[in-house]
Amino acid sequence: MTITGEPQTIEQRTEKPVRRMAEYAATPLTVPSPKQITEPAHAGQTETMVLNMGPHHPSTHGVLRLVLELDGEKVVNVAPDVGFLHTGIEKTMESKTYQKAVVLTDRTDYLAPLSNNLSYVLAVEKLLDCEIPERVQVARVLLAELTRIGSHLVWLGTHALDLAAMSAFLYAFREREQILDIFELVSGARMMTSYFRVGGLAYDLPADFLPTVAAFLNDMPANIDEYEDLLTTNPLWLERTVGVGAVNADDAIAYGLSGANLRATGVSMDMRAMTPYCGYETYDFDIPVGEKGDIYDRYRVRMAEMRQSVKIAWQAHQRLVDIGPGPYMTENRKIAPPPKSEITHSMESLIHHFKLWTEGFRVPRGDAYVGIESPRGILGTYIVSDGSPKPYRVHLRAPSFINLQALQHMSRGGMVADLVALVASLDPVLGEVDR
Amino acid sequence: MGIEEKAGDLGVVTTTLETVVNWGRTNAMWPLLFGLACCAIEMMGSQASNYDLSRFGMELNRASPRQADLMIVAGRVSRKMAPVVRRLYDQMSDPKWVIAMGDCASCGGVFNNYAIVQGVDEVIPVDVYVAGCPPRPEALIDGIMMLHEKVKREKISGKKDGASIRVNAGEMIHLHL
Repeated sequence: MTITGEPQTIEQRTEKPVRRMAEYAATPLTVPSPKQITEPAHAGQTETMVLNMGPHHPSTHGVLRLVLELDGEKVVNVAPDVGFLHTGIEKTMESKTYQKAVVLTDRTDYLAPLSNNLSYVLAVEKLLDCEIPERVQVARVLLAELTRIGSHLVWLGTHALDLAAMSAFLYAFREREQILDIFELVSGARMMTSYFRVGGLAYDLPADFLPTVAAFLNDMPANIDEYEDLLTTNPLWLERTVGVGAVNADDAIAYGLSGANLRATGVSMDMRAMTPYCGYETYDFDIPVGEKGDIYDRYRVRMAEMRQSVKIAWQAHQRLVDIGPGPYMTENRKIAPPPKSEITHSMESLIHHFKLWTEGFRVPRGDAYVGIESPRGILGTYIVSDGSPKPYRVHLRAPSFINLQALQHMSRGGMVADLVALVASLDPVLGEVDR
Repeated sequence: MGIEEKAGDLGVVTTTLETVVNWGRTNAMWPLLFGLACCAIEMMGSQASNYDLSRFGMELNRASPRQADLMIVAGRVSRKMAPVVRRLYDQMSDPKWVIAMGDCASCGGVFNNYAIVQGVDEVIPVDVYVAGCPPRPEALIDGIMMLHEKVKREKISGKKDGASIRVNAGEMIHLHL
């Protein structure tokens, strides 16, 4: 499906009618707590076995602890125990000025730092209601899509590694390094870039940015072919993924799944098309969807998404070439620091500079929510402002956290070994789950 | 093929047992497959194609602490995770070493708050601290090289007793299964 112009609602974008949230209130959604499994087992009331998986386990992708209730090799119940990486990021943000809090957003979903920056920055900009230069918006789109590719590459590498396909990991990280090099070029840091700032970008795009990106984008489709050669028709890969951990569209929506996990079930929901930001409505791209919502469909959807990201990145690249040099920050001096050359000439600039670096800018009283399509799903940032230079409350709608809810729904009745594949296919990042 | 061709007919080499053992330890130091947060991704990066940690005999990450020599604490250690880190360290067999990778594991980093242990050395003894947020793979490899140098100077008897570090158990949440 090609997206042009008007954003569409879920109903328009899917063949079958979609149930509304009110109907889901009746659907019992259960995510058991670890105690619900361990206590009856310890009291000797069950015939099943309790197995602890994590928080130190190679395939829980971080420090997720799963308490499994097993009947032989069959999974009867799964209780995720999260919080082993709880960092207090949301609370810490309350003591930082709006610009300084960007640094903390990097460290939630550490596979896609620029997506986190984007979600936060857009929410603050919504409150500020400031004009963002076109060039900045395009650069943001380009870098966000590179982030998506980089994040999917880690997912691909680790997912394959969990299913003992080691070579895919080495291939995926080869290209990821190129993306990290691009991030380093623009921001000086490989991972924690903090490159998107409220009002624009941290620094101007360097001169060799566009050629480097073009070289990367040129090679990328062939590289994706290479990954697909390794896995897509690999009998072992098919054996482990096809029909495993399936979830239907209704349940996926009821559990609040988003991103590729939801799209794999056939629901074509993408924030870039539904509530476009940064001018995504003007880009031409498809939203890949799956059919059965199993692990293989999630794999196919993410692989296709990488190709779409290359497509979007090319368009953004062309626009940056057309726009040429320009501002990388908003003109609003209440938000953007004045250039150094101005400070020596203008008293007003000096005052702005002083105020921005000592106190920060004040954000009008109110609250704002912006949801963007991060590589993992809908990443929302909700900010409450009390009119001071620091946020009163920041809440992140973390897609990994919400996607993880559906884990026990998908894994029940399956084998323990499939659980490993399932966790990897949901692509949780524990930094974001626990925040 | 090897050193014997280059050096000619060596015959007998005399050295100390300590040198040989320590040489062996540095060249097959198996890290624990253990990632906590962001730094774990850079740790994976340093093991992947571009940086190839296996050049230093360290490609074999063991998921079981029983088989690991080196714990790379890659990422922030939360208060909930600290007892787990300690237990994993205790489960590793001697001799064992610890690298605190990144600012969070070294000193709490940007997270000076209620949730994060301000440096993993509050819980386990650390041999090498690697700065950075996250450190680049080069920095991690440098830290590992530094550890190798340290190991080469060690006595094979009387390895430091890791358990002597005092842990304030009252501060930590214990894991109840």
